[in-house]
Amino acid sequence: MASGGSNGKPPKIAAVGLKARFGSNEVVRGVDMQISERTVTAIIGPSGCGKSTLLRTLNRMHELINGATVDGEVLLDGENVYAHEVDPVLLRRRVGMVFQKPNPFPSMSIRQNVLAGLSLTGRAVRAEADAVVEKALKQAALWEEVKDRLDAPGIGLSGGQQQRLCIARALAVEPEVLLMDEPCSALDPIATARIEDLIHVLKERYTIVIVTHNMQQAARVSEHTAFMLHGDLVEFAATNKLFTQPSDRRTEDYITGKFG
Amino acid sequence: MSLARQNKRQGERIFWLVSLFAIALPLVILGWLLVDVLSDAVQRLSWQFITSYPSRKPENAGILPALVGSIYLIGLTASIALPIGVGAAIFLEEYGRHSRLAGVIEVNIANLAGVPSIIYGLLGLGVFVRALGMGRSLIAGAATMALLVLPMIIMVTREALRTVPMSLREACYGLGSTRWQSIWQVVLPSAFPGILTGAILAISRAIGETAPLVVVGALTYVTFVPDGIDAPFTVLPIQIFNWVSRPQHGFVVNSAAAITVLVCTMLVLNGIAIYLRNRLQQRKAT
Repeated sequence: MASGGSNGKPPKIAAVGLKARFGSNEVVRGVDMQISERTVTAIIGPSGCGKSTLLRTLNRMHELINGATVDGEVLLDGENVYAHEVDPVLLRRRVGMVFQKPNPFPSMSIRQNVLAGLSLTGRAVRAEADAVVEKALKQAALWEEVKDRLDAPGIGLSGGQQQRLCIARALAVEPEVLLMDEPCSALDPIATARIEDLIHVLKERYTIVIVTHNMQQAARVSEHTAFMLHGDLVEFAATNKLFTQPSDRRTEDYITGKFG
Repeated sequence: MSLARQNKRQGERIFWLVSLFAIALPLVILGWLLVDVLSDAVQRLSWQFITSYPSRKPENAGILPALVGSIYLIGLTASIALPIGVGAAIFLEEYGRHSRLAGVIEVNIANLAGVPSIIYGLLGLGVFVRALGMGRSLIAGAATMALLVLPMIIMVTREALRTVPMSLREACYGLGSTRWQSIWQVVLPSAFPGILTGAILAISRAIGETAPLVVVGALTYVTFVPDGIDAPFTVLPIQIFNWVSRPQHGFVVNSAAAITVLVCTMLVLNGIAIYLRNRLQQRKAT
């Protein structure tokens, strides 16, 4: 299958023959893809095509659901994250995640939310806390809006701000890869635009994989796009190629709106 | 058209009356009970009554050993039942949610919650008093009471844990926290107000329980304040039961006064629980 992500360098993340199931229901049916470092890769496809599940196998979040199993390999810098000796907890500190619905911790202030990844895992360094908070909030383009009320509760922010707070929270643990599962689907167009701007900046430092059901968004933010259908990776190519000259008939039907 | 509307109103009016009756009836009975008890109690209720030991003469008798015994017993019961109950609920809800074993345990816990309290008393007598050699002591009574309230604490804690949204747990895992870290620092604090409310309700039930303690062997005539967890003891409900069964009118008055103290103790406990819960919920909401 396609490997549009490779451009000479070894991939940051690669899926090899990856299958994911819920019980006996196979929702990802053997996906191979390679994602280069410091790029944005979008995964698109109709609802239920397995795109979110594929994303969640990359940092082993999939297996937390009861009855969920995975076959095949995911390579992070060439190392199989499903190898027996890999601790999924440590993996998730290198591969962070932003969810569909903003989910700041309701009992924590803005500041505590940003530091949550460190304090939850017992790595809070009091002396550096202020610097960590400022850096993460600046990276998430939220600093200017909240710098005067860091001790206000995180759930008091607007939806778009909450999602950027969640991004700041994910960035504060300094991951290498950031997985985003439809991060804008609960946001209005203005908040969406801000997150997309943010993705453009973040790819200078992070490898980003974003699942979206919004094709325009995929076209705007990503270098590479993967199209999934019924659990198969139909096409994986440079974004402008996939949207202008798709090589698979099903991709063309989908992006021209013939179904889905 | 106008006729149909009138019918509808009538139906609504009947329903309103039925629900009014449903709330008025228990209130009237409760009020009656309180007035009846209080009218007797006022003659006897005084600081001297609270700080005196039982006596053969009703006018000298007081409830100090029973009141202290009740407070000790509740403290001990809570410190046994809460950690075990919350721990069991965490296991069932967070770790074993879908296992068959958890299903079997769940059915059994629901059943245990309905077992008559005297059965727990017999179990306590057999296990704690005799087999474990605790004797007729505070700790044996507290252990028996803990068994009695455990099913309820487990059930309310599970209910509270269930209200914590899955997305918060996922947020924790996504940040690289272990299951334990997410439970301890995010899930439990979020569920805490609910756990607290349920636990207090369960514990207040234990304050009023008499039957299991009669079986375990709480004494009815105690002239000393228990000085350790292995000391014999009595509690307010047993003291009340004892006085009510005496023929002299003075003791009946005493029991009314003791009932008043018992009810006030429960009110204070419930009040504290509601205050704590509201404060914690406010902190969460603001």
